[in-house]
Amino acid sequence: MHLRNDQSRRSFLKASAVTGGGLMLTFNLGTAKAATATEANIGAFVRIAPDNTFVIMAKSVDIGQGVKTSLPMIIADELDVDWSQVKVELAPLDTEKFGAQNVGGSTTIPRNWDNMRRVGAAARQMIVSAAAKMWKVPEGELTTGSGVVTHAASNRKATYGELASKAAAQTAPDLKTVKLKDPKDFKIIGKPTRDVDAPKIVVGQPLYGIDVQAPGMLAATFERSPVFGGKLVKANIDEIRAMPGVRKVVVVEGITGKGDPARQNGIEAGVAIVADTWWQAQTARRKLRVEWKDGPTGLQSNANWEKTALEFAKKEPQFNIRKDGDPDATFKGAAKVIEATYSYPFLAHATMEPMNSTASFNNGKFEVWTPTQNAAAARTSISKVMGIDEKDILVHPTQRSGGGFGRRAQPDPAVEAAWIAREVGNGTPVKLVWSREDDIRHDNYRPAGYHHFKAGLDAQGKLIALTDHFVSFGENGKFAPMCQLGDNIFPAEFVPNLSYGASLMQLGTPMGPLRAPGSNALSFVFMSFLDEVAQASGRDPLQFHMDLLAEKRVAAKAAAPAANGQPRPPGFDAERMRGVLQLVADKSGWGKRTMPKGTALGMAYYFSHAGHLAHVIEVTAGKDEVKVNKVWVAGDIGSQIVNPIMAESQVQGAVLDGIGQALGQQVTFANGRVQQGNFDDFPLLRMNEAPPVEVHFNITGNPPSGIGEPALPPVHPALANAIFAATGKRVRSLPFNKAAGFAV
Amino acid sequence: MAYTLTVNGTSRTVDVDPSTPLLWVLRDQMSLVGTKFGCGVGMCGACTVHVNGQAVKSCSMPVSAVGEQPITTIEALSENPIGKRLQEAWLDVDVAQCGYCQAGQLMAATALLSKVPQPSDADIDTHMSGNLCRCATYIRIRKAIKQAAGVAEKKEG
Ligand code: FES
Ligand code: FES
Repeated sequence: MHLRNDQSRRSFLKASAVTGGGLMLTFNLGTAKAATATEANIGAFVRIAPDNTFVIMAKSVDIGQGVKTSLPMIIADELDVDWSQVKVELAPLDTEKFGAQNVGGSTTIPRNWDNMRRVGAAARQMIVSAAAKMWKVPEGELTTGSGVVTHAASNRKATYGELASKAAAQTAPDLKTVKLKDPKDFKIIGKPTRDVDAPKIVVGQPLYGIDVQAPGMLAATFERSPVFGGKLVKANIDEIRAMPGVRKVVVVEGITGKGDPARQNGIEAGVAIVADTWWQAQTARRKLRVEWKDGPTGLQSNANWEKTALEFAKKEPQFNIRKDGDPDATFKGAAKVIEATYSYPFLAHATMEPMNSTASFNNGKFEVWTPTQNAAAARTSISKVMGIDEKDILVHPTQRSGGGFGRRAQPDPAVEAAWIAREVGNGTPVKLVWSREDDIRHDNYRPAGYHHFKAGLDAQGKLIALTDHFVSFGENGKFAPMCQLGDNIFPAEFVPNLSYGASLMQLGTPMGPLRAPGSNALSFVFMSFLDEVAQASGRDPLQFHMDLLAEKRVAAKAAAPAANGQPRPPGFDAERMRGVLQLVADKSGWGKRTMPKGTALGMAYYFSHAGHLAHVIEVTAGKDEVKVNKVWVAGDIGSQIVNPIMAESQVQGAVLDGIGQALGQQVTFANGRVQQGNFDDFPLLRMNEAPPVEVHFNITGNPPSGIGEPALPPVHPALANAIFAATGKRVRSLPFNKAAGFAV
Repeated sequence: MAYTLTVNGTSRTVDVDPSTPLLWVLRDQMSLVGTKFGCGVGMCGACTVHVNGQAVKSCSMPVSAVGEQPITTIEALSENPIGKRLQEAWLDVDVAQCGYCQAGQLMAATALLSKVPQPSDADIDTHMSGNLCRCATYIRIRKAIKQAAGVAEKKEG
């Protein structure tokens, strides 16, 4: 990550007149030495209108995670105005002014919490200074509230709106030391606050990339090589050109991307059809006949991988990831040894709003509208692929995105739209919309994986050794992107004799982050296997885990992998985990309730994205199906829940997302081609399958962290463990409907 | 081919191929983009509109099949008293996450309450299961429907 140098370390404030009166206060917050030093150069601005209303910029985009509401809430509270006085605007892409604007990894709250507070507090401080000077009274005698400064002793009041121009002339306070509110005085933070776009959502106003409209706009579809990296040999282009409404057919040769995932900074080979309307383009596409040259990735298939993985699992790992003590010797002397093989499939993201982007190209310049988690990356990718300077590419992130889940961190739809717009030329805007089949078949997938576990217990039922041979993807001892197993993965550091090793298979299709990347699969295999170990130990799972977690307080290396250049958030803390485990046990009545035969509870916990989460799931096993009755969740995401109404919703959504994945989702390959295509064979959870989810938070004195992701990983193992408790059958591969006897 | 449709009380003529789904007529010809594209095959409900008061997946209805039946889209839902009540409940409960599916959810929920004013959980399951929400806001959708219908929430646990 790019850190700006010394000259802008000083925090300063710029004031400028705003059309229509009022004043714009632009804060360029200090850089490397900023209070939390988590961001290079975070800025945010507050616009104060003479009528004492406030426009607060949301620096980052909303993909359904609620930050367009929660970030301005933080500023508004420290500014000491009422939420009803605030209007939120989405900031344009301007990383100089706003710092990193990408969203993902549940990082938006942890890396902006402190900075946004300081932005609000600095603005308030300058307004207070202006009032103190005007009334010639000490600042300490002034109080604020609802956008009004009051001097009680002389019974004088002034609104922020009246003070705005004087405030702008004040020297900006030092952001590192600007006085922040005592959290007990928060009026907006911590209060359930409705999404700022909700009134527009319920009346169907255009907010999304797919809604972009522009005069003279054309529509495009793009038939990509069915195998990643494949090439076009020939196609019936002339016939397609003559179809109704078709304006242009663009053959894209394809550029192999160089990036992570491999799709980044490249473009797939294919045929783009540009027409007056999307339906015309799509209708023409159905007549398209293409001969493809698949290349080596055309050979990849699930059948081959599964065979190879089983062979590998029997051998020694190709390389070692971590080794503590001597697991092999320990197994020999163990009272009990448990062995099991687990697996999980590739997954697509299937955001509800299909991938799309709109672009125009005129006089060597691009203008692009894209629903994205990372507009800056889209700009960089377009620049690299097209050879156009970044300053000639104007990227507008759209007001909202119809889901992200990591998929929109990748810029490929924006690059494709730009490519097609350049071929069309003349500044004509072209909107590229992917079909659902395009979306499922050309994703950056959550990688599949296979784990062969072995565990040893001593005579007292204590876990003394554990090994994992992970069969994954990559080459020459290097994991493919997203396919790694970290040396810090739990229960590392909690078991004295432990080794993780890996063997790799070839993979030609790009992988990418999916909600709670890494953890969303590792949690299932590790926490299910640990439940097997708990059962073998003869202890109740709750007791087994409490004993395991009693070993050590904080795992030194167990922190979530830090995003580029970001400091590591607080790591796995056994005490915090015990806290949520106890809470969820209490709330679910673990071990306290008598349940009818066939009904049982399963539990699992996981640390990811700085969050400690523990779940209990109740299921009832019928003759050939398992019904999920209810889910209890306890989470510890630090000292402050910024917006409780949204935090609860994120947890519920993540839990149901996980259940949907566990029950029926998988992407499989044959001849290098994805075999699924729409919601019939890649099913999402539906209303009739959604159980109630009860959410509790354990408030602890730790820095606030995000909640978009960490509630997902414990779902799959808690469900598998519940199914075991109810039926005696252990499900070791996802999705569960694959396992015989479970039409869940 | 020219078709005259009555959409949100206004009659409008479009010239499109008879196979064109109503969804794309609304979005591309009439700029009514509140109705969303999600799957194109009738599996997600993002495109739900009312045709003659019935919830219909507009991606799967060719324009040639509409005839004279009146169409209502999310843009005019608040003119329907049930729709309006549901929109208010949606805001009160703060149902949406990304919000993309919610136009379809509201159209489907309005059709449900028009038929079954006091729906049971089973009614909600039956009528709302054709509408996917990738963010999985189902718990709040259920709550908002019950709130708008004045039905008490079942006590859980
Ligand atoms: S777009 Fe019509 S049902 Fe999915
Ligand atoms: S709110 Fe995102 S799909 Fe429903």
